[in-house]
Amino acid sequence: MKPAPFSYHRATSVEDAVAALTQGGGMARILAGGQSLVPMLNLRLAPLDTVVDIGRVESLKQAQEDAASVRYGSLITHAAFEDKRVPDGSNGLMSFVGGQIAYRAVRNRGTIGGAIALADPAADWLTTLVALEAKLVVAGPGNRRTVAAADFVVGSYLTDLAENEMIEAIVVPRRAPTERWGHYKVARKTGEYAESMAIALIDKARGTARVVVGATDGAPLVLDRAGRAFLDGQRDAALHAVIRDELMASGRQFSAARLTMHTTVAMRGLKDAAAK
Amino acid sequence: MSAASVSANSNNSQGIGSSPKRNEDQRFLDGKGEYVADIRVPGMSEVVFLRSPIAHGRIRSIEVPQEHQGKVFFAADIAFAKPIVAASAAPGFQRSDYPPLAIDKVRFVGDIVAICIAPTRAEAEDIAQACVIDFEELPPIWDIDVALAPDAPLIHDHWTSNLYVETRIETGDIEAARKSAPVTVHKSLRMGRHAGVSLECRGVLAHHDRRMDELVIYSSTQFPHVVRSVLAECLGISEGKLRVVAPDVGGGFGIKNNFNPEELAIAALALKLGQPLRWIEDRREHLIASPHAREHRYELTAYADPKGRILALDAVVVVDAGAYSVWPWTASMEAGMSAGIMTGPYDIPIYRGIARTVCTNKSPMGPYRGVGRSGACFAIETLIDAVARSVGRDPVDVRIENMVRPEAMPYRSATHKLYDSGDYPECARRTADAIGVAAIRKRQAEVSPDGRLIGLGMASYTEQTAHGTAEWVARGLPVVFGYEPALARFTPDGKLLLFVGIQNHGQGLETTLAQVASQELSIPVADVIVRHGDSSVSPYGMGTFASRSMTMAGGAVSAACAQLAEKILRIGAHLLQAPRDEVRLADGRVHFGTQSVAFKDVCQAAFLHPERLPEGEDPALEVNAVYQPGRSTGAFSYATHACVVAVDPGTGHTEIIDYVVCHDCGTMVNPMIVEAQVVGGVAQGLGTALYEEIPYDENGQPLASTFLDYMIPGATEVPDVRVLHMETPSPHTRFGIKGMGEGGAIAPPAVVMNAVNDALRPLSATVTETPITPERILDAIAASAAQGGPT
Repeated sequence: MKPAPFSYHRATSVEDAVAALTQGGGMARILAGGQSLVPMLNLRLAPLDTVVDIGRVESLKQAQEDAASVRYGSLITHAAFEDKRVPDGSNGLMSFVGGQIAYRAVRNRGTIGGAIALADPAADWLTTLVALEAKLVVAGPGNRRTVAAADFVVGSYLTDLAENEMIEAIVVPRRAPTERWGHYKVARKTGEYAESMAIALIDKARGTARVVVGATDGAPLVLDRAGRAFLDGQRDAALHAVIRDELMASGRQFSAARLTMHTTVAMRGLKDAAAK
Repeated sequence: MSAASVSANSNNSQGIGSSPKRNEDQRFLDGKGEYVADIRVPGMSEVVFLRSPIAHGRIRSIEVPQEHQGKVFFAADIAFAKPIVAASAAPGFQRSDYPPLAIDKVRFVGDIVAICIAPTRAEAEDIAQACVIDFEELPPIWDIDVALAPDAPLIHDHWTSNLYVETRIETGDIEAARKSAPVTVHKSLRMGRHAGVSLECRGVLAHHDRRMDELVIYSSTQFPHVVRSVLAECLGISEGKLRVVAPDVGGGFGIKNNFNPEELAIAALALKLGQPLRWIEDRREHLIASPHAREHRYELTAYADPKGRILALDAVVVVDAGAYSVWPWTASMEAGMSAGIMTGPYDIPIYRGIARTVCTNKSPMGPYRGVGRSGACFAIETLIDAVARSVGRDPVDVRIENMVRPEAMPYRSATHKLYDSGDYPECARRTADAIGVAAIRKRQAEVSPDGRLIGLGMASYTEQTAHGTAEWVARGLPVVFGYEPALARFTPDGKLLLFVGIQNHGQGLETTLAQVASQELSIPVADVIVRHGDSSVSPYGMGTFASRSMTMAGGAVSAACAQLAEKILRIGAHLLQAPRDEVRLADGRVHFGTQSVAFKDVCQAAFLHPERLPEGEDPALEVNAVYQPGRSTGAFSYATHACVVAVDPGTGHTEIIDYVVCHDCGTMVNPMIVEAQVVGGVAQGLGTALYEEIPYDENGQPLASTFLDYMIPGATEVPDVRVLHMETPSPHTRFGIKGMGEGGAIAPPAVVMNAVNDALRPLSATVTETPITPERILDAIAASAAQGGPT
């Protein structure tokens, strides 16, 4: 269980990393925290011949804030969020989620950009950033583009990143101070990937409700009808039925067991938010 | 020696029944343990096994790139190595030849095709990856039903079917019971297949020792002496030219208690090349290709009276034993042991048990902590609960009423086992009291504040341990594990060396055997050094498995040390100029009134100054003893476990809220170690119950080959287990010790399933398969709802 030969490039800047990716012609991968890529290399499951290590690119570790949003460099670790070492515009949700990921040893090295780029459907950040309506800054050869988190993830481990692009930053709009977040996650054991997770954002003052379900064998599902039903005052069995129907209508082929689990989790996410 | 007599030095502070800290812990805690992966021999190459990526096929050709020629070796290169044959004496047993490297056919994903060698593991991996195997693929036999289909392709071409063997036990008239029984209850159950998951995976290093002219094999094994015997036979060389060393072994659990093709392949190639070779198993290989555990199916029918007293039991056990029969246990051990202990602690007079062992294209099934007994306990205990429910009574009461009474001991079971001693009902009552049955029933009757459902489960078992000659002969194995030796040797400076044939891989035997010596000799535990795990150091012994080492090697150490004690007393009395019958041993000295001499002085006389010895006394202080229990049918430990679970019907998640074990392993040598062994066993059993599984798909591909997909319980999943002790000494063993290494892992699948099903009763849902995953619980709830829900 040791990696096949590969060449190693230590990137000096975002531009240098992108150049290395371009040169790699589809067989180069970014190494961020290495918490998924390195085990995959050791298992010889990652087909690549060049590793582009961005670990020394300082600009990717910075966070900046303005009145409207907070911009996080893609190399910021889960632990940095957990420990509140970066600015927050999410009413504490991002710090909470950072502390929910895997184990502390993974959180010390794993990065928000790496997690999003891998797009494991069960990854905590994926659901969270879709819920927070975040945007990703993607760097490619000679250009930058911005893409909504919800549009970025195409499916399980599938994103709209081109072979020669990388995530440079994540821009999270500041949430209204009146908004409350709810979180519910089912994992079979401590530190495991989620079997199902939900994030709900409810702002009673402004009359908004947003609920997103993740770990659904694809991109996170934004349950618009469930959000509206909640605002319309539906609760308990009625709301449960709306969520269940919306999940069934999502096109995903959920088993009866999965459908129950995701419905429960969405309900509990909303309940958690509503209780705060 | 009578059973319960803890001899002369019972006031000894470090003898039997005390809990000194473990001698071996210092080196482990300092990171100074030495495992196969820590051993390096000059000129050593690393090995990667090129393993089959397909489940079933014929090898047409293998292409080795030009640059790797001479670094890849096939079956033909070690053709002198005989296949491993583990044939049971049971009539009709179809034997498999398990070659060290596949000859023309591969029979499971992970079957070894070739050996690739290079200076480093990664380079050897590169070589393996560059080889191209051309297979003629055959239909994969990926499941028991597929294997037993009438037109199923044969895995072993010369067989008549894919059934290794079917055995039966029939006691009493089951047909008459079937016709007359007022209550009939049927259960179909399944246990998932999983792996052993020792912290240290397997590993083998082989090199030729020029000075000794012997092949030295370091293997992470539980039984080095026995490996030497079978290895010599397979290699066609004398045991005198082989040395097998088990260095520190990071957990065994049975998976290191087989003679595996990796050991044979590495030894054979090292012998042929005259070059040191080492293979360190990685976790992926471990999950795919180490001997697997469990995968049982049960069809059970209980015939009972209206109060739930079970009159007769009909059981069919089917085990998926994988592609080859493992040595020495044979493929049929798992099913045979399960059917052979099925009635457990219950007095069920009429029994029919059928044990079927099926061959499939999966990694071979081997022993794993608890062996067939975890399955038998799971089966009978689930059935007991079902019987109780069907007669409208609490399973706690029905369980206790069906048990063998203490006054019936020794008791011969319907499966022909001789239970030696114990009070099973009392053990169950103590467990029920400790878990607080009444309070749980009250809580169940109240509205749950968070919607979770509370369930109570109980399960009992009786466990044959330290069985000797009679039992192993009855099982018809290639080797009979009847005894253990101990060589006890003092040093001239008064320390005691114990050379034993068992192997210590976490059980604390370097301490508990020292405690036995301390019991006999009043020597401090710190002055006793236990040497084991090396065929050239210790007398020939059978190793550590089947919950036998404390009883067997403990008995041998006791016998050897008792003889040493006599001699020390004679020499001591002489040195003190005292009558022999007026001296005694205490605190590492021989005492006569207020005078005393230290063991060191006795040892000096024995080894360096024979002129100081009594007339006619032989010099030296060394005794070799061999021990076998008074009866070789086994000392039966037993226990009742109980747990309380909270099941979330919305997510299928199960939390264990409380867990109690009351157990009786006879006389406890070190209660601290006993308790830790029980808790460790429970942790593993919870893995079987809730987490661990290697499913196979229709192509015969294992679907859990890394820890991403294979889940084991961690610190936060294992509850704080409350352990209660009972001590009923075995009448058959020295000090009344019974084995207890495996017991903790036996009951958890049963107890958790009973608890989960108790919790699901309001929903009329029932789970029947381990591991009890959220998915299976939600499926059970959905199935119940589809049938109209709670009735």
